[in-house]
Amino acid sequence: MNVLITLFWIAVAIAGAMAAGWLFRAAAVALTRGGTARALRTAPVTAGFGMLVILLYVLVALFAPLIAPYAEREVVGAQFLPWDSTHVFGTDNLGRDTLSRLIYGARNTVGIAFATTALAFAMGAILGLLAATVGGWLDQILSRIVDILMAIPALIFSLLLLTIFGTSVPTLILVIATIDSTRVFRLARSVALNIVVMDYIEAAKLRGEGLWRLITREILPNALAPLVAEFGLRFCFVFLAISALSFLGVGVQPPTADWGSMVRENAALITFGDVTPLLPAGAIALLTVAVNFVVDWMLHRASGLKE
Amino acid sequence: MSAIWTMIAKRLGLGLLTLFVISVLIFGATELLPGDLAKNILGQSATPETVAAFRRELGLDLPAHTRYLNWLLGAVQGDFGTSLANKRPIADLIATRLGNTLFLALYAAAISIPLSLMLGVLAALYRNTIFDRTANALALSSISFPEFFVAYILIFILAQSGLFPSMSRVDPDTGFAETLYRTFLPALTLTLVVTAHMMRMTRAAIINLLASPYIEMARLKGMTPMRVILHHALPNALAPIITVVALNLAYLITGVVVVEVVFVYPGLGQLMVDSVAKRDFPVVQAVALIFAAAYVLLNLTADVLSTLSNPRLIHRK
Repeated sequence: MNVLITLFWIAVAIAGAMAAGWLFRAAAVALTRGGTARALRTAPVTAGFGMLVILLYVLVALFAPLIAPYAEREVVGAQFLPWDSTHVFGTDNLGRDTLSRLIYGARNTVGIAFATTALAFAMGAILGLLAATVGGWLDQILSRIVDILMAIPALIFSLLLLTIFGTSVPTLILVIATIDSTRVFRLARSVALNIVVMDYIEAAKLRGEGLWRLITREILPNALAPLVAEFGLRFCFVFLAISALSFLGVGVQPPTADWGSMVRENAALITFGDVTPLLPAGAIALLTVAVNFVVDWMLHRASGLKE
Repeated sequence: MSAIWTMIAKRLGLGLLTLFVISVLIFGATELLPGDLAKNILGQSATPETVAAFRRELGLDLPAHTRYLNWLLGAVQGDFGTSLANKRPIADLIATRLGNTLFLALYAAAISIPLSLMLGVLAALYRNTIFDRTANALALSSISFPEFFVAYILIFILAQSGLFPSMSRVDPDTGFAETLYRTFLPALTLTLVVTAHMMRMTRAAIINLLASPYIEMARLKGMTPMRVILHHALPNALAPIITVVALNLAYLITGVVVVEVVFVYPGLGQLMVDSVAKRDFPVVQAVALIFAAAYVLLNLTADVLSTLSNPRLIHRK
């Protein structure tokens, strides 16, 4: 019986998500004009749902202090209080309000992951485009370095680097961004390699355009579509990597509210049949699923593929 | 035959070279530390005498390349030095844990590889049906779940009811069947995490081939769809499948870190995480080197196997 009830609720949740995605897509089509509206109309419902979830996360992250009932680090009651009206999701291992920490966690976890991805992209894309445009020894050196860095498993490498440099948020961002930029470098380089052989690049070179202008004005605009889709995928990987490190206790450090470390701190509850530790983990999973749905749609559009 | 052997020898040489550079990197990373390693570990309050004694103990008074050569020679012979935290030889710490980690990874592989190949073939056979779509949607979501989420859901569902233990404590005295039972949940977690990727690749590799003329020929001869896929499409789809299987095995080797921590399983990953928290450099270096070696080795095997499975790649030019 229990299994049937669970299955029923899962079906209800999926149907609700689909309906929300459909409504959101309809609203987005009504509110936008021209090319954007046309693109949105053909979007699958899953992409609509993904965009809705991402928007909600961004809103929660931006307005966290207004939404959260209590402050991020405020001890409001006894430890591990059950769910009730004053503390919707109860309290955590130190007696802090779980809902408030979840809301602030959106700001910290997503913010850090976003900053890391942006940094990884800036480094990886610039070096990748540079390697493809200049070619020769620069390309050789950068590519071999990236080959070596990619031969070390990412999680192990970040654990090693974090041991050495210690665990703080700036170090965490730098370490993960460096490791991840190698993957961006590979993609940016291979995309740009196909562009630099084009005639208009030759023409731009003959016109006397400098290296920087060549990269930003001629190559980057044409390499943007795959890079943007890759940004979404990379964000997922970075987000999962940072959560995993925080979960292992070497990422974002307490008392900062962070979903990965929240799971770790309250994990003991799960053996008593309390789902609270699953909430932050579920928040991570929901966002990555949402981003994946949107990226899937964008890749589909960019490649012009039909199933 | 000789072409194959030279290819394998070349790949092996390249793998060894990569491993060598990685070892330099792993060792050299500690040299990047701003300031003095000994002072860093001992803290502000250390007297110059203790720092000097500690430096001598670690061999920090020797030049870097001498220390690197000593470390590498020791590592090749299985001697990784002593742990900073408890002064025990690292080789002793690692020995049983390495076996445990390998056991868990193999256990997960033994479940996930047949399962994902089967699901992939079935999804390709019944493509665009409800089965295929559900399998695909489930696969996409399970790829995007963090490992600890999957692990805790499994604990919540399966360990709550007392079916399986939520902690996988094993020691050398535990019997084989008992070990299999206790490590079932971590193995299942890893299986769920890697199966999705392998299944999607298997499906994609087979479907890619279904448009080729020889498949149409086979179909026109009146073969059953199952036979077409198993006897005609699958052998040609092997190269990408082997690659993705090996990549996922490599992933299993590192993915165990999180899962081991969740299930308190005495493996290498847990040792590494503990040592990172204690900033126990020698242990972290040793474990990182072992993980990296396994990773490089598996990627190398994937490369060789996928080349062997495709005659066109052996006889290039």
